[in-house]
Amino acid sequence: MKNTLATKWGIIVVGLAIGILASLLQFWGNPANMGICVACFVRDITGALGLHRAPVVQYMRPEIIGFVLGSFAAAYLFKEFRPRLGSAPLVRFILGVFAMIGALLFLGCPWRALLRLAGGDWNAILGLLGLAAGIWVGTMFLKGGYNLGAAHKTYTSAGWIFPLIMAGFLVLMLLNPKIAGEPQSGILFYSIEGPGSLHASLLVSLLIGLVIGFLAQKSRFCTMGAIRDLILFRQTHLFAGIVSLTVAAFAVNLAINQFSPGFRGQPVAHSMHFWNFAGMALAGLAFTLAGGCPGRQLFLAGEGDGDAAVFVIGMIAGAAFAHNFGLASSAHGATPAGMIAFVVGTAVCLLIGFTMQETF
Amino acid sequence: MSSTVDARGLSCPQPVIMTLNAMKKVKKGSIEVVVDTDTAKENVSRAAKSQGWEVATIQPEDEGYRLTIKKEG
Repeated sequence: MKNTLATKWGIIVVGLAIGILASLLQFWGNPANMGICVACFVRDITGALGLHRAPVVQYMRPEIIGFVLGSFAAAYLFKEFRPRLGSAPLVRFILGVFAMIGALLFLGCPWRALLRLAGGDWNAILGLLGLAAGIWVGTMFLKGGYNLGAAHKTYTSAGWIFPLIMAGFLVLMLLNPKIAGEPQSGILFYSIEGPGSLHASLLVSLLIGLVIGFLAQKSRFCTMGAIRDLILFRQTHLFAGIVSLTVAAFAVNLAINQFSPGFRGQPVAHSMHFWNFAGMALAGLAFTLAGGCPGRQLFLAGEGDGDAAVFVIGMIAGAAFAHNFGLASSAHGATPAGMIAFVVGTAVCLLIGFTMQETF
Repeated sequence: MSSTVDARGLSCPQPVIMTLNAMKKVKKGSIEVVVDTDTAKENVSRAAKSQGWEVATIQPEDEGYRLTIKKEG
């Protein structure tokens, strides 16, 4: 069967859908220029579980749950569910940790960088340049033979674990619903101020997450892959997706007055140009070494890839470190601890890149 | 001259890199590529076409696919 969504027009349509839905999510309650941010939302989930206690970024984001379950549904429907495990899980965990730390230095994953750009936040330009630089370094390693090795087929139930964890998170949210004005409901934490307190309704967020998860699994949408393939193979296939995402989000932002251009005073952003660049460069390198941006890792985890799931769990650990140790930036800018974490993370990623090359 | 690329278990971009390396090596003729995900099948096909190779056959094999790509001298 021909996979229409994996054609050039397919990926453009998926990019348009993500851009439009992300901007609408902002209109319906999500934080500004953060309709969907995979890194931020995984970080919010980490906070909802109490694994970090930054009171402004705690919410069980249903979009993330929807991404995994939507991908899971698409994979089953089109007979693409492939339970697999065993390609250097510990390395992927560490890459997930530093990908998150880099993203939180900038304040966003590549998806949010594009959405910030589409909302007029020019700081995103530095982030995107950094992202491209990090990916470029990653492609050098790929050319040199960097390879984390093959995964092997595993039990169907092993491929179900991560989707079941996400379903479990949804159950937790239903059993411990948000109580207005209360920072905690049962075992879950809920921000009463800050970006964690801003969200669309559970049903809207979940449905949009499911739709995007379903479409992205079939189209293989990946922001890191978009830039990597352009550098490595001169291929524009995935790149068309990120361009269409940005254009669609920009058009919707203009239409509903969400566009406000400038460097200063942008929502959940800072203007330390070097650290915006550096944070995303670290994240971009980690994504390239791990084979996908945070969104793509969620979609892969949904179709049975246990190694992608380990990367996501690494991102959760990274988010906990980032907020418990004060590594994450804020509107005031990057922190001294975050700058040290950048140096450590870059050293670790370079070590992984240099030492994990197959020699032919 | 023919050669076989076994990219089973590897996630992208590895199957594409291995196929491109094989193309550079044999220059023309036919290459068999074995992959185990639909994503790898699509990506290898796309890369082959972009390099002027023809995707002659795609056959299901085990849990994946065997692609035969060809380029005439």
